[in-house]
Amino acid sequence: MPVESIFHRLEALLPKVQKPIQYVGGELNSTVKDWDSADVRWALMYPDAYEVGLPNQGVAILYEILNELPGTLAERTYAVWPDLEALMRAEGVPQFTVDAHRPVRAFDVFGVSFSTELGYTNMLTALDLAGIPLVAADRGEDDPIVLAGGHAAFNPEPIADFLDAAVLGDGEQISIAISEVIREWKAEGRPGGRDELLMRLAESGGVYVPKFYDVDYHPDGRIKRVAPNRADVPWRVHKHTVMDLDEWPYPKKPLVPLAETVHERFSVEIFRGCTRGCRFCQAGMITRPVRERSITTIGAMVDNGVKESGFNEVGLLSLSSADHSEIGDIAKGLADRYEGTNTSLSLPSTRVDAFNIDLANEFSRNGRRSGLTFAPEGGSERMRKVINKMVTEEDLIRTVTTAYSQGWRQVKLYFMCGLPTEQDEDVMGIADLAKKVIKAGREATGSRDIRCTVSIGGFVPKPHTPFQWAGQADHETVDRRLKALRDSLRGDKEYGRAIGYRYHDGKPSIVEGLLSRGDRRVGAVIRAVWEDGGRFDGWSEHFSYERWMAAAEQAGVDVDWYTTREREENEVLPWDHLDAGLDREWLWQDWQEAVSGGEVEDCRWTPCYDCGVCPTMGTEIQIGPTGRKLLPLTVV
Amino acid sequence: MQRLRVRYAKRGRLRFTSHRDISRAVERAVRRAGIPVAYSAGFSPHPKISYAGAAPTGVASEAEYLEIGVTTPCDPEQVKRGLDGSLPPGLDVLDVVEAGPGALADRLEVSEWEVRLPGADRELAEVAAEKFLAEGTVEVERLTKKGPRRFDAREAVLGLAVSEGAERFAAQVLGEPCVILRMVVRHMTPAVRPDDVLTGLRLVADFAPPVPPEVTRLAQGPLDASTGALADPLGLDRDTTRGGEAGPAGEHVAG
Repeated sequence: MPVESIFHRLEALLPKVQKPIQYVGGELNSTVKDWDSADVRWALMYPDAYEVGLPNQGVAILYEILNELPGTLAERTYAVWPDLEALMRAEGVPQFTVDAHRPVRAFDVFGVSFSTELGYTNMLTALDLAGIPLVAADRGEDDPIVLAGGHAAFNPEPIADFLDAAVLGDGEQISIAISEVIREWKAEGRPGGRDELLMRLAESGGVYVPKFYDVDYHPDGRIKRVAPNRADVPWRVHKHTVMDLDEWPYPKKPLVPLAETVHERFSVEIFRGCTRGCRFCQAGMITRPVRERSITTIGAMVDNGVKESGFNEVGLLSLSSADHSEIGDIAKGLADRYEGTNTSLSLPSTRVDAFNIDLANEFSRNGRRSGLTFAPEGGSERMRKVINKMVTEEDLIRTVTTAYSQGWRQVKLYFMCGLPTEQDEDVMGIADLAKKVIKAGREATGSRDIRCTVSIGGFVPKPHTPFQWAGQADHETVDRRLKALRDSLRGDKEYGRAIGYRYHDGKPSIVEGLLSRGDRRVGAVIRAVWEDGGRFDGWSEHFSYERWMAAAEQAGVDVDWYTTREREENEVLPWDHLDAGLDREWLWQDWQEAVSGGEVEDCRWTPCYDCGVCPTMGTEIQIGPTGRKLLPLTVV
Repeated sequence: MQRLRVRYAKRGRLRFTSHRDISRAVERAVRRAGIPVAYSAGFSPHPKISYAGAAPTGVASEAEYLEIGVTTPCDPEQVKRGLDGSLPPGLDVLDVVEAGPGALADRLEVSEWEVRLPGADRELAEVAAEKFLAEGTVEVERLTKKGPRRFDAREAVLGLAVSEGAERFAAQVLGEPCVILRMVVRHMTPAVRPDDVLTGLRLVADFAPPVPPEVTRLAQGPLDASTGALADPLGLDRDTTRGGEAGPAGEHVAG
């Protein structure tokens, strides 16, 4: 049965909303398939505004892979802003996909990619607008399977009531596998209804179906155990790891938006995973091991992507891009290839050392030499040891001085506040560092025309990291330290004017902390916030701390218990049944090491320290060098 | 430097593109098509693409114009095909000519607009149009970025006719007949837009369409003084550069 486009109904609303272009689709390289040509249909959502969601690599890759799969189609949907939401409610227009403007409820799967927990309320809006019951238990045969993925899905417990299923890790292969399970079940005439489909998915151990697990609690509120409530459902659900990125060279057909978005560039993931071992970094822990894409595949992907998109910027993405074993040759090869074409190259996420300046010089050959970013993360040597970010003050000053003397005028330094064991003096150390940076820069260049910006983020302890047991700093402490730091920077006559300072107050981190390490009981808070009008929690103009606290109180949830409380070694954590491959004992040991200031090396270059991922997941480190070079492209 | 003048349309759902959206799309399409666009010098080089008289966001158009500076002479037909193939469907290239002397913007003196009013009453529309044309001035107010602004919407209107047709893009009353206003409006400062004329109709005759109007620019160009008709703004370029087509490439030196 064909499903009709709702575009004609939406169209009448568009003249009344801000930036209507974000809702119309029609992007270059987007795909609209005939509804009846597919028997498995996915609606993929990035639960934030189009301008943030469209550049998301995860959704873009799955969109392409699923549309390439015979008998399968995928369309995209994003969070609508409150102005359109109100009109849609008034006119009865459902949540729609931007590709063919089909109602989300007509699809087989509603897949939501969570980079951050702050998208949870937006998922509820989309479900509600779609006419899909918010609570999974209330859904019927005509409702899609609501499936979560992305980094936040490594602890989906706070949204467990709203989800039918969740997937951990790389989505490329598992999304195809799920499609085939659904196809088979539909072809058989949907035996056993929704529950049997979910059972088939859960049995494999590769898809988490929350309703097949019961959570028991101790009288004091801690979790007693999480156990499957049906035979054939495994005790633990494992993450997925794609083992040869060269076999998955997506995106091949990059989406080119008409609306302005946060990243206007063609991005290639040059490797996945990171084993630097920064203890605060959830991404680095859950994406192990490191798997490099080869220099030749990267070269071919960039060539194709630039031609297909017309973008004038190429981003080489990863968690620490300068760590690619052949990054020097990649940088030089691409800079040579695009010399004189006004195509710029960018390398986000770089570490603090002089090699990076060489790379940055290579990338800015076209003459654009604006700013460089480094992330020491901790303000004192002691703090950096705790988080295993092995950068000495000497390294930092030397690197930054090199940057200034080679013509860079602006350096951005990124730090965190509220880290475990942090004292006031650790944060004040940031001010000392920044002043030393400017002093050294002035001496090296003989000029006062250099600047440094200190940018601070609040630390939130995350599941599957050594800090998963840590007590989060309360927002009063964070705010007090940030204010003292500000006063020290602003009040400095000699250097104050050369140092910029960017920070946020500590309250949003507490809500993020509640959602990150929450359990199923936190779902009631999310729902209450949403019912009270909570939307777009990642946007400061929409976020309301008071709303979250009021909802927590209403739901009888003690926010401190979830955030600032330090956990004991043997406490069952809400995500313990979800397997990222990390050995729990190793994580605990690393947490103890952190407190005593012990450091861990990177296992790419030193012996394995048994984090557990490779043997548990059957994976291995895949790195070069391949010894190959990028060939210049022949210009026709 | 050769300059190419491009007439393009924005159609259907892409009428919701803003001027900035279009300029990003065109820059990317030019790169995809491999058109040897010239860049400005300086710290942050920009492609030399300029736009004349862009239609507002939400308004469709069959007659938008832009000009591209290229570093090596190009065949306009090839540029037309390449650029059209590199833009998303809905931003469609209709015509490309090599620029002759004179500024394109100076030739865009008037626009012809089609305003579709689904669900509106034809007789009321006709009465309103008559009343509007009978007035000497019709003061309207529009909210601009600088706040509310009052100006005359009558003087710029050279023609205003009411007809009927089928619906085109919104299907709210699909298949129903639809009142169509056709207006010829002189470009002035401040610009008088079709919605200003609609405001005028409301003021003089209390005529208010039930749903948002669908507006399309059909043409813009110089006004032929003898016939009172709208002429092709690229006609002059075609006339002056036609002789050059037989000459060797590269003969057109930047003026």
